[in-house]
Amino acid sequence: MKNAISDALVITKRQLLQLARVPEVLIFSTIQPVMFVLLFRYVFGGSISTGQPGGYVQLLMPGIFVQTVAFTLAATASGLAEDMGKGLIDRFRSLPISRSALVVGRTLGDSLLNIVVLAVMGIAGYVVGWRPTSGLPKVLLAFLFLLLFGYALSWTGIFAGLSARDARVVQNMSFMITFPLTFLSNAFAPTTGMPRALQYFAEWNPVSTMVAACRELFGVENQFGATAGSFPSENPLAMSLIYMVLIMAIFVPLSVRKYKNSSK
Amino acid sequence: MKSVIAKHLIKTYRNGEVKALDDLSLDVEEGTVLSVLGPNGAGKTTTVRILATLLSPDSGNATVGGIDVVKNPEKVREIIGLSGQYAAVDETLTGWDNLVMFSRLYHLGKQASINRTNELLERFSLTESARRPIKTYSGGMRRRLDLAASLIVRPKVLFLDEPTTGLDPRGRQEMWGVIEELVKDGVTLLLTTQYLEEADQLADEIAVIDHGKVIARGTSDVLKKQVGGERLEVVVESAHIKTTMDIVAKVSGDKVSLDEALRQISAPVSTGATALIEVLRALDVAGIHPLDVGLKRPSLDDVFMSLTGHVAEEIVAAPEAGKKKGRK
Repeated sequence: MKNAISDALVITKRQLLQLARVPEVLIFSTIQPVMFVLLFRYVFGGSISTGQPGGYVQLLMPGIFVQTVAFTLAATASGLAEDMGKGLIDRFRSLPISRSALVVGRTLGDSLLNIVVLAVMGIAGYVVGWRPTSGLPKVLLAFLFLLLFGYALSWTGIFAGLSARDARVVQNMSFMITFPLTFLSNAFAPTTGMPRALQYFAEWNPVSTMVAACRELFGVENQFGATAGSFPSENPLAMSLIYMVLIMAIFVPLSVRKYKNSSK
Repeated sequence: MKSVIAKHLIKTYRNGEVKALDDLSLDVEEGTVLSVLGPNGAGKTTTVRILATLLSPDSGNATVGGIDVVKNPEKVREIIGLSGQYAAVDETLTGWDNLVMFSRLYHLGKQASINRTNELLERFSLTESARRPIKTYSGGMRRRLDLAASLIVRPKVLFLDEPTTGLDPRGRQEMWGVIEELVKDGVTLLLTTQYLEEADQLADEIAVIDHGKVIARGTSDVLKKQVGGERLEVVVESAHIKTTMDIVAKVSGDKVSLDEALRQISAPVSTGATALIEVLRALDVAGIHPLDVGLKRPSLDDVFMSLTGHVAEEIVAAPEAGKKKGRK
């Protein structure tokens, strides 16, 4: 057990070293969400009326936080797929280390990366007028939830990466899935403007419940359409936690099994 | 004592459609080198992957260092080193980073990891490039680093899967030197290769495999005798054919054959380059300038031809193919 943890940490350290050797990766993975903050704040911010004190940016920031965290799974997936393709997974599997070390280490590394990215975005948001009104403890709690959500999602990235044959393919595929998921949600525009059938999907979407949960924790009111009054809209926080548990319950065992049986 | 024993291994892929191993059995005596020789798709990599615990056989069993690879893979992993066909190191990281990381994963302490890393870098002449990302390494350097990574805990049994495939001749020579050093230290080595020359150079014993089965086994001398030794080949102008045949016959002392269409004269020789020089001298004295001349060593193609009667499928041209003359 002690070895399992220290092995995982060696893998996490590897990921950090990779970032240190190619700092551009970290720079671009923080610039991109900051760019989104600026684009949405100034392109849509003026034309979406929110009725919120403080304006669109108050609604936007939780949405962008969740989107950014969701997008990192593409990097996880392509990283794993690349390790597979290069035969590195074979080498790890031939070492006397615990079967979970590689995947656990990788998800921990992703979480560390998320901390950095979320911090930079929080600062960027503050600069363009984002002001949570709920007090520091709740704000920190929201960030903790974001990290947990990111951690759960990175297991889906691990599974996708280990199942893929090519790093570029899996990266594009991840975007094909996460992009519509983050936009078919309440993240950037209220779901009330969508066709009614779509509202059901958008409001049950884990991205939406996460965004709603963060908004609650930042002291912003949520608007729900078709599902107003139902469990996810009334308890977005609890619903998000259920989603995270579900995702992990499915993808942790799947990933570990895939790793154990993986063969190039 | 046998360090590696594989018995009746069967492995199929795609629900039995592709039979990678078809009742394959082999063993390696402790402290010796066995070379598994075969063309692409013969089952070499599958064999190594099973013995290195990366893959389970459908049936049959295998032990490494006396430990069952299916029942006790964790124990096996502690005593083996594996260096694959593709240099499996992290290309973003430096050579130093990689070796320290793998040392840590073998559970060496921090200082021990650093010491072992420095030792291995020194031994494989990589100290100067230790702080550069692997991306900038040559193919030969990558392979050496990959090999170094598989030697961190001084494995009892080492598996090398086509250690020189894709290397240029210089890289191969370097790699051979490194492997010969290891063998001197007494490691038990199972090495796969597509090149007879490589098996000849490095192995105590050779197992030739085809379609997932061992089809011949023995020392390289025994196999070569089965295949026939080197042949000398000379191409001359039509006018000089007769004289040249006499000269070649004298040097060879064996049956000389002539391919009239190619104007190529050939004969088996036992003294290799010396025979070549003798023939050239004699031709020079006779005032004959050969159009082409060379020694043809028995290739994997020839081994297959003589053992199975068919050409090795999907055979990859050996890097030294340029030196060989003619087809068969």
